[in-house]
Amino acid sequence: MSSVRRFGTLGLVYVVVTCAIWVLLLIVAPMATMIDFAFRPFLPPAQWGGPADVYTLRNFELALGDEFNRAIFLKTIWASVVTTVVTFVLCYPISYLLARAGRSSWVGIAMIALLVPFWINEVLRSFAWQLLLAHNGFFNQVLVGLGLVVEPFDFMSRNIGVLVGLVYTYILFMIFPMYSAMESLDQNQIEAARDLGAPRWRIHWDVVIPHAKSGLASGCIVTFMLAAGSYAVPQMLGGTRSLWFTQLIYNQFEAINWNMGAAYAMCLVVLCVVFILAMMVLFRVRLRDIAQ
Amino acid sequence: MTRSDRLLRIVIGVYLALFFAYLFLPLLYMIAAAFNLNRFPMLTPWRGFTLQWFAAAWNETRLWHALGRSILIGACVIGVSIILGLGGALLFTRFRPPARSLVYSVLVSPILMPGIVIGLSTAIFWDRLLQLPGSWAVAVLGQSTFISAYCMLIFMARLQRFDPAQEEAALDLGASPLQVFWMITLPYMRPAMYSAAALAFMQSFDNFNTTLFTIGSDETLTIYIAAKVKQGVTPAVNALAFAMVVTTLVGGVAYELVHRREVARLARRLRAVTA
Repeated sequence: MSSVRRFGTLGLVYVVVTCAIWVLLLIVAPMATMIDFAFRPFLPPAQWGGPADVYTLRNFELALGDEFNRAIFLKTIWASVVTTVVTFVLCYPISYLLARAGRSSWVGIAMIALLVPFWINEVLRSFAWQLLLAHNGFFNQVLVGLGLVVEPFDFMSRNIGVLVGLVYTYILFMIFPMYSAMESLDQNQIEAARDLGAPRWRIHWDVVIPHAKSGLASGCIVTFMLAAGSYAVPQMLGGTRSLWFTQLIYNQFEAINWNMGAAYAMCLVVLCVVFILAMMVLFRVRLRDIAQ
Repeated sequence: MTRSDRLLRIVIGVYLALFFAYLFLPLLYMIAAAFNLNRFPMLTPWRGFTLQWFAAAWNETRLWHALGRSILIGACVIGVSIILGLGGALLFTRFRPPARSLVYSVLVSPILMPGIVIGLSTAIFWDRLLQLPGSWAVAVLGQSTFISAYCMLIFMARLQRFDPAQEEAALDLGASPLQVFWMITLPYMRPAMYSAAALAFMQSFDNFNTTLFTIGSDETLTIYIAAKVKQGVTPAVNALAFAMVVTTLVGGVAYELVHRREVARLARRLRAVTA
């Protein structure tokens, strides 16, 4: 039966119109405009479309050539990789425990317990950490009170605040893909490996990780991209000396230099694409395995 | 049980305790500080129990305006995302579009795109090309760009389990395509619609990155909280946080329960059919 007969012309019109609006007006046109802006110089409105308004790579030279900007760009990459690794290490055991526990009753409770912080706004979660990590915050009160440190420890300016906040905020995006990939592993395979005398680390290295690699890869990709693209956490938990690349984008946006902001944003997108490709090579998975 | 097994058990126990402490300690500290008489949002020194910060938050007119904006934007995002997401889901499950995998990649790409990039590109496009500067309406457009994709995935998951024979039977019996859609497809989609609406509202309400660029001089509740925190806070923000945590908890648990009842009902129906 043809699609048109089944849905009528009205159905066809609905599908075509909604998809066209979504693709063209919400996705492609804004992205194309942004790319166009990134390659044009920042000019006062009077000169728009004038002889000076030509395509140039100047914005990108400033975005990555300038030493200050480049340092922040590299810092963002490095700190996002650290965030991803820390989150991975923190989440691997709990994902494995949950997957092994099968249908026992504590899994349901643990799942809800994992979900609750995730339901709460990212800004509020960062604020909560700010209360703990601030100069006069809870942790420093405890440290000073116990006499472990003389001066309050500056968590914020040393990137510790940002790191703790990012790991906290994106934990669930690592656990869920990991858990669902590990859960589908047949328990008998682990039993078999154990009966054959494999030590624990070999069971993980040769049985669990190869089986769950698509879940591990997608957890890492999502965590890295969310960390690199985060604005609220570095804004609220970073000190003045720990700028994040997204903050550069927003500062340019605030300063009305949208051309420069667009160039920065494109650098961020390219970075994310490169990271996805790197993870696909590292875990030897295809995009289809990840985007399930 | 060998000694190394016992040791492993202890290590796992400590790990789990620390893990959940890490998850909940900040939130508990934040909401508990709402009840401290202290002028700063802290638990120590404890100066006595008070509800004055709740009154202070209640009397903030800016907060109520921001809440209204969040609800307005969320309601509009539900509408736009369900309409667009349903269109996309029908396109891939019922029609054979040309360049199917390319179109699919384009439609789900906003999920993978950093929210800040979606916000910036939406702001540039609507402001500079269409002379529509940032406002709550532009925020709806920016948020719908990626929230529609979530809705589409929810609808596709449900439509893929749909038996097309039901529609064919109705058509063979003389129903018009519109009647089929209205009386068969749409009722079948209803649970997915509720899930999509709930998800869309929550995503919209909590959104910060995309909204920051598209909202202009207006503010949503999330933007309001971020601005407040930047200015230096009183525990009124903690009181607001308490209210939001309680609301999300009640809403989330209620959703889980309804969802579970839905699943149980479905299972009962299945058993009745197969028995």
